[in-house]
Amino acid sequence: MARITLRNLAHSYFPNPKGEQDFALKEMDHVWQDGGAYALLGSSGCGKTTLLNIISGIVRPSHGRVLFGDTDVTEQETALRNIAQVFQFPVVYDTMTVRENLAFPLRNRGMDAGYIAGRVNQIARMIGMEDILNRKARGLTADAKQKISLGRGMVREDVNAILFDEPLTVIDPHMKWELRTQLKQLHREFGHTMIYVTHDQTEALTFADKVVVMYDGRVVQMGTPEELFETPAHTFVGYFIGSPGMNLVDARVAGTTAHVADAKVDLGAAYEPVSGRAQIGIRPEYCTLTAGPGLPVTLRRIEDVGRHRILRAELFGQPFNILAPEGMAIGADMTRVAFAPGKIGVYADDWRVAGKAM
Amino acid sequence: MDKTQNNKAWFLVLPVLVLVAFSAVIPLMTVVNYSVNDTFGNNEFFWNGLGWFEEMISSERMHAALGRQILFSAIILAIEVPLGIFIALNMPKKGFWASFCLVLMALPLLIPFNVVGTIWQIFGRVDIGLLGHGLEAIGIDYNYTNDALDAWITIIVMDVWHWTSLVALLCYAGLQSIPEAFYQAARIDQASRWSVFRFIELPKMSGVLLIAVLLRFMDSFMIYTEPFVVTGGGPGNSTTFLSIDLVKLAVGQFDLGPAAAFSIMYFLVILLVSWVFYTVMTTLDAAETK
Repeated sequence: MARITLRNLAHSYFPNPKGEQDFALKEMDHVWQDGGAYALLGSSGCGKTTLLNIISGIVRPSHGRVLFGDTDVTEQETALRNIAQVFQFPVVYDTMTVRENLAFPLRNRGMDAGYIAGRVNQIARMIGMEDILNRKARGLTADAKQKISLGRGMVREDVNAILFDEPLTVIDPHMKWELRTQLKQLHREFGHTMIYVTHDQTEALTFADKVVVMYDGRVVQMGTPEELFETPAHTFVGYFIGSPGMNLVDARVAGTTAHVADAKVDLGAAYEPVSGRAQIGIRPEYCTLTAGPGLPVTLRRIEDVGRHRILRAELFGQPFNILAPEGMAIGADMTRVAFAPGKIGVYADDWRVAGKAM
Repeated sequence: MDKTQNNKAWFLVLPVLVLVAFSAVIPLMTVVNYSVNDTFGNNEFFWNGLGWFEEMISSERMHAALGRQILFSAIILAIEVPLGIFIALNMPKKGFWASFCLVLMALPLLIPFNVVGTIWQIFGRVDIGLLGHGLEAIGIDYNYTNDALDAWITIIVMDVWHWTSLVALLCYAGLQSIPEAFYQAARIDQASRWSVFRFIELPKMSGVLLIAVLLRFMDSFMIYTEPFVVTGGGPGNSTTFLSIDLVKLAVGQFDLGPAAAFSIMYFLVILLVSWVFYTVMTTLDAAETK
């Protein structure tokens, strides 16, 4: 087990990258604490898998260093890094039985047979495959195979980190919950550093202590689920986390006030003049449709999602979402939206700007 | 039940039936006809029953040819299959050199059989051949026209040169279909090179490999042109394989009856071996899936 440090890390798949757009991973500097449960969240093609493969050594970064603890492993072979990785699609050794599959990483390390047998049984119990340990892996269903892959990833106790690359894609929803819970439990029990790549925010938020949001080859925010929700550092985080995502409205920011078209919004904090494109962001959860004072909105559609309703509206011609609690009556006179105080964020060219509290 | 009986649809099968009859059944029946009759020409036939079969099945000459044939096929398979796998494993996976190797490997397969024979016939000659003359120049006594071992070595090397590419290309195709994730997982699991071969590459290749073995077995078991051109079955009878002997019998000695009986048995042997192969293949597959 070890702390993982990424020092000035960047990667390009081109031999001679011309500019920033040629980099799959833009330069980053991060420390992943030993024993942390991290989720790497982002849409497809944002560089999550590249980053994971760099940590496991499958991809060699074109720039920067990777450190496990105090050891520089940038040039080290995958096999020597002692790391476990579970891939998106099941990888099993077809001609082996389930038992042999699970034992394979331990055998390769020359572990004692008694220890292997015990450990394999333990893992088999966890993934619920005790009764088919002696079957050939070949004829099993995709989700059974993926469970074997997960089991193989977790069977070694002394790994530096366990990396998961969207491992639950092929697993059915019920089993997903169960496996995720087990992963979490395993993490508590053994304290491995775990990095979990996903594009599913629920998966990320329930699994991880710290969620790392990636966008366009860059880590845009690393924080607890709460931080990501309350103070998104980048408009992408605001939009990607939450359902529906954060509302972003073009505005002109001056001091403690934002001007949206001809209306004024009190920001609750003082801001320096903003350069570039200025936007204010507020989560639908913190907006209320009201007949009282507020900004004028036009209601377009109401979606009932059970727990609450999503009001799809327009604010000065831009789409705007508001959440309404289940029992709330919506009258024809409710044509304005009110914002909860202190929940508005200001963004300059997509990055959050800190305000001075008054 | 008053179901309308209309069997006219059977006529749709007729064209295929006619085609198969002309291409396979009728010629085969001619052979069957010769095998159970004796003839002195003039389209006169005398019934001989299973006489020719009995004669052939106990013929020393045929036993010897069969023995040589089995030995030849066994040696060919023992060399070409491992060598083909080895080459496939070491071929570049992508880029210019991958295409280059593919073309290079395909070249021997494109050369007509008799040309291959002629090439090696000349190549191995001691007076003008590069190989034969070269060997003699460095003091190795090599002459495929009067030394049985040299003749065998020449024919086996020729066949390996001609056909290993087929095994290699088939294996290469099998290897290319293995997703990169398998190799990555093996590295993660700290598998040795041998384990990667044994547990990833070989299982994924097994399908094409069985086809390669089957093809090479059938082809080598029926080999005719190349040894005929190179050695003509000699020296003596040392490289007279089944098909060469068969032609000697039928066309050389004009013993049509024994030759026909013999070719039917030859055909049945190949059919039998192929069937056994196929059955083993499919049952192995089924057993593993269970």
